[in-house]
Amino acid sequence: MKARVTVTLKSGVLDPQGKAIEGALRSLGVDGVASVRQGKVFDIELEGGDPKKAEALLNQAADKLLANTVIENYRVEVIG
Amino acid sequence: MKAAVLVFPGINRERDMARTLRLVSGQAPSMVWHAEHELPAGTDLVVVPGGFSYGDYLRCGAIAARSPIMDAVRAFAAKGGLVLGVCNGFQILCESGLLPGVLMRNENLRFICRDVFLKVERSDTPFTRGYNAGQVIRVPVAHGEGNYIADGETIARLEGEGRVIFRYSSPDGMIDPDWNHNGAINAIAGIANDRGNVLGMMPHPENHVEADIGSTDGRGLFAGLAKQLGAAA
Repeated sequence: MKARVTVTLKSGVLDPQGKAIEGALRSLGVDGVASVRQGKVFDIELEGGDPKKAEALLNQAADKLLANTVIENYRVEVIG
Repeated sequence: MKAAVLVFPGINRERDMARTLRLVSGQAPSMVWHAEHELPAGTDLVVVPGGFSYGDYLRCGAIAARSPIMDAVRAFAAKGGLVLGVCNGFQILCESGLLPGVLMRNENLRFICRDVFLKVERSDTPFTRGYNAGQVIRVPVAHGEGNYIADGETIARLEGEGRVIFRYSSPDGMIDPDWNHNGAINAIAGIANDRGNVLGMMPHPENHVEADIGSTDGRGLFAGLAKQLGAAA
């Protein structure tokens, strides 16, 4: 079973990397970008086929390691 | 003083730290591998040194913070044992939950390696008894992620409880954005936990302990700890 965990910075947390990317897009002439926030994506292969169990496992993985919940939010998706 | 210096894959400042501890206290520390489950018997100071544990993968200090030895360090700290984290060690202590907050990417996005000035906010801690409150010391930094941040409530608590121990300052002790090289909130360079027995700081006092290097300003921290713990204990 395939799953994806997306980790993003909480709103209000300064994102200097996002700001730099935003500036680079502007200097490349990519118009219409209002702002950029960067984050991380984890593509995870799971053993077993129970989506409920998978979601619990992914939440545990995100809470324990993948995200620092002081500054980051996460979203888990079981893709199937 | 019976110090233990933790060693993680990718750490590279553990020998500087061990050398300084030996030089100042007269006793060589134990070097403790991350996969150990226990600290050596009689340990009275745990030092988490600087470097790039696990190559800074995922987040600085994130993987090291979850290694087996850190459970032993948490238990040691819960009993009031002294824990010092420097640079990556500070990041590891934050990730492990022993200290609040996070060290984010430096505001200017650059890795900064140079001397900075620190204002010692208080001298009544086991880590700063070798200094005077308000004293300014010159020590080096070498980090890309030293920009301290925490939520507003945590910052208010740190400030209200006097747990900001070191701040980036001008040479004469003024707190000024021009002297806050990494953009840390309130120019925070080092903080203590609520019990005052765990200290994390980004700069490297262990690198300024010999006159040959040009400054001995870091020596007070280790001399204070040695005095606190009894150099001959």
